[in-house]
Amino acid sequence: MTDIFGVPLQALMGQLVLGLVNGSFYAVLSLGLAVIFGMLHIINFTHGALYMMGALFTWMLLEYAGVGYWWSLVLAPAGVGAIGIVIERVLLQRLYKLDPLYGLLLTFGLALMIEGLFRHLYGVAGQPYSIPEELSGALDLGFMFLPKYRAWVIAASLAVCLFTWYTIEKTRLGAYLRAATENATLTQALGINVPLMVMLTYGFAVGLAGLAGVLAAPTTQVGPLMGSNLLIVVFAVVVIGGMGSILGSVVTGLGLGLIEGLTKVFYAEASSTVVFIVMAIVLMFRPAGLFGREK
Amino acid sequence: MMQPRLSTYAGLAGLALLLAAPAVIYPVLVMKVLCFALFACAFNLLLGYTGLLSFGHAAFLGSAAYITGHALKVWELPTLVGLAAGTLGAAALGWVFGTLAIRRHGIYFAMVTLALAQLVFFVLLQAPFTHGEDGLQGVPRGRLFGIDLADDYALYYVVVALFVGAFWLIRRTIDSPFGQILKAIRENEARVLSLGYDVTRYKLLAFVLSAALAGLAGATKTLVFNFATLGDAHWHMSGEVVLMTLVGGLGTVFGPVVGAALIVTLQNELADKVGSLVTVIMGAIFVVCVLAFRRGIVGEGIALYRRMIGEKNR
Repeated sequence: MTDIFGVPLQALMGQLVLGLVNGSFYAVLSLGLAVIFGMLHIINFTHGALYMMGALFTWMLLEYAGVGYWWSLVLAPAGVGAIGIVIERVLLQRLYKLDPLYGLLLTFGLALMIEGLFRHLYGVAGQPYSIPEELSGALDLGFMFLPKYRAWVIAASLAVCLFTWYTIEKTRLGAYLRAATENATLTQALGINVPLMVMLTYGFAVGLAGLAGVLAAPTTQVGPLMGSNLLIVVFAVVVIGGMGSILGSVVTGLGLGLIEGLTKVFYAEASSTVVFIVMAIVLMFRPAGLFGREK
Repeated sequence: MMQPRLSTYAGLAGLALLLAAPAVIYPVLVMKVLCFALFACAFNLLLGYTGLLSFGHAAFLGSAAYITGHALKVWELPTLVGLAAGTLGAAALGWVFGTLAIRRHGIYFAMVTLALAQLVFFVLLQAPFTHGEDGLQGVPRGRLFGIDLADDYALYYVVVALFVGAFWLIRRTIDSPFGQILKAIRENEARVLSLGYDVTRYKLLAFVLSAALAGLAGATKTLVFNFATLGDAHWHMSGEVVLMTLVGGLGTVFGPVVGAALIVTLQNELADKVGSLVTVIMGAIFVVCVLAFRRGIVGEGIALYRRMIGEKNR
């Protein structure tokens, strides 16, 4: 077997793929945060809790209704998106004229409520969710075995990111959206229903978090606390990448996932902290973030 | 002119209550409230008076708690030195956090502090001297000026003295020319900058001071409970201190004290009754405060008082 710096190639590639899987989640979640921030000027602390909800809905659908993975892939994000729309209409809507910090605090409170509620109902321990039959097993690539499910997560996340990028940058709807992000009052004056767009944006971005949750369900224990720790890492990713560009968040997310994977191979003790260390270094040399512009 | 006199009376009344409290209430509970009140006051100096939302203040509370615990238990240093070590350690950490976080503004500042605090949390989780999930237990209280602090009542008056001293320092800071600049930064940073003040330095100093006082709160907490745990450094704790300050009244002198007393008492009362639903209730209070009660208890009180005064003068 070939070794690289004393690490078997197979183990190294395995960790890199795992890193890419985590990186895909970072990418989808930070993309959602960036889209929400652009339209609502709110940092959505509920994002992690809604990601968790996506995973838990998937598990509940199977457990209580016998609905399998493929249907969950549509139903769970739709449910999460619907909840997001309710949150936006009932709560967030009232904060748009205030300092953005209040949005952070409100969504933090909401995250505590959602997490606490599920914790009360299901306890701290996670529930297992098995990989759908079509995606179990692994592909033999010659130099390594690639588990099919991991490949699927990476491919699906990339497709979702690409779709979002295309919608925002290349379609008429996306043009309205960018106009509203740039200057909401003027866009409204031109006859575009901005509040509706804001609502749909939030619903869509939150639905993305739900979708990430569905994708994550078979890779981890589905439990109430799976969202919040991930979200803090995603915050660091957002700080590193800046929220200026969609492709920027995708590249940053995947890159940091890879760095995390590499750290796991060479210095496992630092694997949970490496993203934060990268953030500190980036802040020292490029305070606005890799792809960001300081306003 | 009415304002300072009123708050002086309130302060004296509060002090009298504090000195008499152990006759009626279990002193350890009051000490717990005082530790969190100090923590919240330190936080308020930053959010309420400088306009900087730090979402990582648990890092200062937690690391100071561990430093003091280690100094007293393993190095067997005198109590006062242990407290000072915790406070200075938190101040140094605050300097690092501040230097990095101040490079970004607003919402990014909050995210940077949260991420750095998470880094500290993981370091504390893995470092051998913190004993991981078990925490640092059996920290001795030691003696201070010849008095044995193992007695709860003796320790109580030491904690009151520490709290009053720190509280006085915070008030003095707010009223000083330095504090005026902080408030000006909160209102309009660009203008302060254009007047020729080194905004970054003022912010950093405020951050370090706030971190040091949060550290003192953590160090004192270790002394009171004889242990330091990871819970003190968890991001939930960073959220709790925001909640205390918000409920009591952002940017008011006594607000954080009232908020801390309320939240700590509430948690104490609810813990046995509703168990894990406490988090849900805390979250709900958060949501209600942000939506409908942004001035907090003390802030609403002051607003009401001003309205009454205004009507009288008319």
